[in-house]
Amino acid sequence: MEWVNTIVQGILTGGLYAMFAAGLSLIFGVMRLVNIAHGDLIVLAAYVALVVTETLGINPLVSLAFVVPIMAIAGYVLQRTILNRTLGDDLLPPLLVTFGLSIIIQNALLEIFTADSRKLNAGPIETASIEVLPGISLGVLPLLQFVLAVAVIAAMQFLFYRTATGRAFRATSDDQPVSQLMGLDNRHVFALAMALSLAIVAIAGVLLAVRANFDPSIGPARLIFGFEAVIIGGLGSMWGTLAGGIILGVSQAIGAKIDPGWQLLAGHLVFLFILAIRPQGLFPKVQ
Amino acid sequence: MGAAAIRVVHSTRSSRIGVAGFALLFVMLAAAPFWAERSDLRLLVEIFTYVALASLWNLLAGYAGLVSVGQQAYVGLGAYILFGLAIFAGINPVWTIPIAGLISAVIAIPVAFLIFRLRGHYFAIGTWVVAEVFRLLAAQIGPLGGGSGISLPVATVTAIAETRQMREFLIYWIALALLVVILGLIVMLLRSRYGLALTAIRDNETAALSNGVNVTRTKLVVYVITAAGTAMIGALIFLQKLRISPDVAFSVNEWTAFVIFIVVIGGVGRLEGPIIGTIVFFLLRETLADLGALYLLMLGIVAIGVMLKAPKGIWGYVADRFGWELFPLARRVERRDGPPP
Repeated sequence: MEWVNTIVQGILTGGLYAMFAAGLSLIFGVMRLVNIAHGDLIVLAAYVALVVTETLGINPLVSLAFVVPIMAIAGYVLQRTILNRTLGDDLLPPLLVTFGLSIIIQNALLEIFTADSRKLNAGPIETASIEVLPGISLGVLPLLQFVLAVAVIAAMQFLFYRTATGRAFRATSDDQPVSQLMGLDNRHVFALAMALSLAIVAIAGVLLAVRANFDPSIGPARLIFGFEAVIIGGLGSMWGTLAGGIILGVSQAIGAKIDPGWQLLAGHLVFLFILAIRPQGLFPKVQ
Repeated sequence: MGAAAIRVVHSTRSSRIGVAGFALLFVMLAAAPFWAERSDLRLLVEIFTYVALASLWNLLAGYAGLVSVGQQAYVGLGAYILFGLAIFAGINPVWTIPIAGLISAVIAIPVAFLIFRLRGHYFAIGTWVVAEVFRLLAAQIGPLGGGSGISLPVATVTAIAETRQMREFLIYWIALALLVVILGLIVMLLRSRYGLALTAIRDNETAALSNGVNVTRTKLVVYVITAAGTAMIGALIFLQKLRISPDVAFSVNEWTAFVIFIVVIGGVGRLEGPIIGTIVFFLLRETLADLGALYLLMLGIVAIGVMLKAPKGIWGYVADRFGWELFPLARRVERRDGPPP
């Protein structure tokens, strides 16, 4: 029973990892950019939520109504002012610019909020749980987090394949010059994609901040979890990303159960193992 | 006039001046223990290690197109090999430095086999995962202090040299020698057929492939050489520190972020870039380091600014403007029977 519980907890954590991964995967899909600052943007969203909840005295989950638009606008501006200028055949500029951005965000947060760890308090919902089977109870918050992750991924799937914006994303991803000839403004399309990515980052950041302690230095690890979920699941597949997140979450939970020092290591090793035997990921997009 | 009547000339007038300048500088630096203060020597060792780390990263990213943000994996690996061999096998730490390079080269081969499956940007994050795995594994080694680290025992330290002064001199000379060897090897590599292959790959990978360049093998050779060099420098850095812990040995800021900053400022894809970049980096550090987090923030802003406004860095600008080149790397074809008429 204890093991079943471990695995269930791992699955629920995996939802959060899938959300880290979804924003990363979206950006890569649309403009072939890997945002090294992705994890730090998640932490930034957590701090934005901290400021919003403390200023307005509202529940962190309600603060999403502010944090999501703030981050989305920041994403649009970031893409239009800086990142669009780095895109091209050369891999180096976008990588180094987002790497620089990561250092800027980390140290700016450190300067403003110090290195103390913080946590957002969501009230009684944090300790609430429901017993689904005798001996297995699920926390309401982790469950909510998982449901939100599934909802985000379903919404992205819908957006990608059922809306005009999604069609623009796919067209730009397939062939930039041709999509431009068809009247799309790539700079705008990319900025929209980044806005959407940071909207997801905002949700992930708030959920992270409610679940666990955070401080300015934890961003890179979130980037790595998201990245591992993307590669395990298979590039270009939204539902694969969810599966990747779950596999990573369960591996870490099992690792932690065996020895607390093995929590992160177990996740990384499963990732490397899958990279070795199935480099295209478990559920690659069929071309 | 057959094909045999031509030869490839590497040196230019500026590179002859450059090489003469480097030789003069080398003699001066080799004599530094006789004219410099103790604190200056320590600073010089640090500068040498950063020039070496930056030159190796530049070879990897600027020439082979393998952009890694995980080179701290090999800095830490080299350092841990030095501590492990010195403490448990009783080998003189100085001799463990080449051994650390050799072992790291061997370890780098299966690592490359894994992460070469990731393309472009994802390769970069893959290297970071590898570094994290190394860090977490190092924290699991109980006899080497686990997560909190360990110091070199006194007996091992005195085995390097009897007095502290002699030890510092020795470490200084090793750092200088290692730097010269690494720079020399990079020049030789770039002048060899691998260098030509690398240039071809950098300019157009598909075209290089169709001309018979074995792209994967060339990249593998560069990756393994870089790993070995980085590990030897890592071992040396922690021989000077005398203390190791996983978080410091595998620090992404110290061994990768600073190094990338140096190369970007100095000029990516040029051998002179890392040297110029290191000078700028240390000038900034010596004047602004008291600012702490703000200093790092400024480094980030400067790096982004350079990448957007002058992507070739300081030396790229100079080289384009004046055609200077300090290392004999150019390839010009001349007739064998003397200078062209």
